[in-house]
Amino acid sequence: MKRFGMPTLIGISFLFCIVPSWLGWFSNYIQFIITLIGINIILTVSLNLINGYMGEFSVGHAAFMGVGAYTSSLLTVYLLTENPFFGKAILPEELSILIFPISLLIGGVAAALFSLLIAIPSFRTRGDYLAIVTLAVNFIFKSAIENIDAIGGPRGFMGMGKVVKAMDNLVSFPWLIFWTFLVVVFSIFIIRNFVNSTMGKSIVAIRDDEIASELMTVNTRWLKIVAFMLSCGLAGVAGGLHAHTVTFINPSSYFILQSTYILVMVYLGGMGSLSGSVISAIVFTILLELLRPLDVWRWVATPLLLIILMLFRPTGIMGSRELLDVFPKLKKYFSSLQERLTNAFIKS
Amino acid sequence: MTLDFFIQNFINAMQWGSFLALIAVGYTLVYGVLLLINFAHGDIFMVGAYTGYFIGTFLTNNFEIKLPFDLPSWVVIPLTIVATMFITALVGVAIERIAYRPLRNRGAHRLYLVITALMFGLLLEYGNLALLGASDRQFPNLFDKIIYSIGGITVTNIKIYVILLSFLIMGILWWIVQKTRWGMAMRAISYDRLAVPLMGISVDQIILFTFVLGSSMAALAGIMYGTAFPILRFNMGMLVGWQAFIAAVVGGIGSIRGAMVGGYILGFTQIFVAAFLPSTYRDLIAFVVLLLILAIKPTGLFGVPRRTKV
Repeated sequence: MKRFGMPTLIGISFLFCIVPSWLGWFSNYIQFIITLIGINIILTVSLNLINGYMGEFSVGHAAFMGVGAYTSSLLTVYLLTENPFFGKAILPEELSILIFPISLLIGGVAAALFSLLIAIPSFRTRGDYLAIVTLAVNFIFKSAIENIDAIGGPRGFMGMGKVVKAMDNLVSFPWLIFWTFLVVVFSIFIIRNFVNSTMGKSIVAIRDDEIASELMTVNTRWLKIVAFMLSCGLAGVAGGLHAHTVTFINPSSYFILQSTYILVMVYLGGMGSLSGSVISAIVFTILLELLRPLDVWRWVATPLLLIILMLFRPTGIMGSRELLDVFPKLKKYFSSLQERLTNAFIKS
Repeated sequence: MTLDFFIQNFINAMQWGSFLALIAVGYTLVYGVLLLINFAHGDIFMVGAYTGYFIGTFLTNNFEIKLPFDLPSWVVIPLTIVATMFITALVGVAIERIAYRPLRNRGAHRLYLVITALMFGLLLEYGNLALLGASDRQFPNLFDKIIYSIGGITVTNIKIYVILLSFLIMGILWWIVQKTRWGMAMRAISYDRLAVPLMGISVDQIILFTFVLGSSMAALAGIMYGTAFPILRFNMGMLVGWQAFIAAVVGGIGSIRGAMVGGYILGFTQIFVAAFLPSTYRDLIAFVVLLLILAIKPTGLFGVPRRTKV
């Protein structure tokens, strides 16, 4: 599994997500849902680093997502399209394929820098302090954007649809799904490696006993800031993708309700389980879509289902285990596969 | 700035701060005893306001089902308050019994309790939306509004009642927590959770009592909110509740005095910012001020740093 499982999984999901969308087998709605699932996976996995592995409690992930969303969409709209906010386009539309990923990256960096601003004072103490600070940050972000009239204020900001269309006109390819897919793979990869590295082990040590880990020469404050910035940066990239997927954003789309959904997905999957996060993001997004015919009752049914789930399984779907711990046979299968392949390789 | 203008805003801020303080007290009580951020508390406040609305309209004979006789207002007001506090306390206790206690007994992680609380908040909020619809409700007139004008200041009798009543209630609460045996047990639980059952105190009963206290405070705040701002909306719990939570933290979560002070600080900042600047800056500046207070004093104004034994 260590060597071949991941590439196989990535290849299979690539085949199932991108190729059918490319060939036009999937309707726009299904493509939208796939992108949304991808974005939710990024958000959940990144928040799991703070809330699951590090044992802190951040409730304001949507604010960082919003910073990324506004930064990247402002950039693309400013540079590439003619719009009521900034006037004429600065760069030709042909550059959109290049500019889009760069703007995503800048959105992520902006979110990470913004999170640094919050991390420096917040990690002086432990406990639920971060929860309050991030909650207040949610309010501050919404209120701040509402007061900047140049980017639409409370009315929201739009124009990202033109950028996506420009990319599609240039080369017909499901660009959004493609980039979402890449970012999903990248964030799972980077967080998995981060968690398994020495730094990640120190982070788990901070969760279990902060004082003991400090005695073992772990630089707790610095590590917390690094992990927080990484997580919020990924959230910013996810926000950029989200803004270009829904093509219309306003300050209330990145408010407490969105934060709550991310939190729910993390705890539904299980604290400190990456595969749990991925599963719960997929299940939760699809569940919300399936319950759409219920209209208002959807918002009643979802929390109710989750409360019942919590009562019967108070550790989330996966607890703190990974998929391979639950299905040891899978592990055996993959390791034997690996052995056979290695043997074959040696023989040849 | 004239003196009139200042006093006028001062009274408004006292009123708004009273609501926030009463709700913040509920957050702080539960946190002090259970170390649980009870995110459903804002929506319990909403339940209180709506229960008050239904009981109030029923007793003032404005509901579909009519009473055969009219009740005088000196009967209606206490009856509404007591019945609302009772029903809201039942809701709070029900949430404790259905969700928090089983999870606690199973030894679930503290944060799973917080998430369950969040879910219950959403459930109450959207349950209300689904059952009663998105239209706003008009809170019944329990008091006849009398407007006093002294110089350039206008004060309604409702404002005076709200401020006085909340001071009275918070005084009673302080007395319960500091002077009675139940209050002593509550403080004991937050001091040392493990030793309390050894002393023959039933932790579950004390926790129930805490929820009753917190929820009835929220109910009272709901009725007063309804009388002062008679428009009820399904998401009022979230809007006011989250702010009250932050107020509780600024005062030092777990400390009742802190919750009151925090509520008034937030109330004063919001009202005075709105008085001098466009009202859209209200939340921005209020929360920045609160964050600055927290950055300087991370445990809140009256909070005691929690010592950890190594």
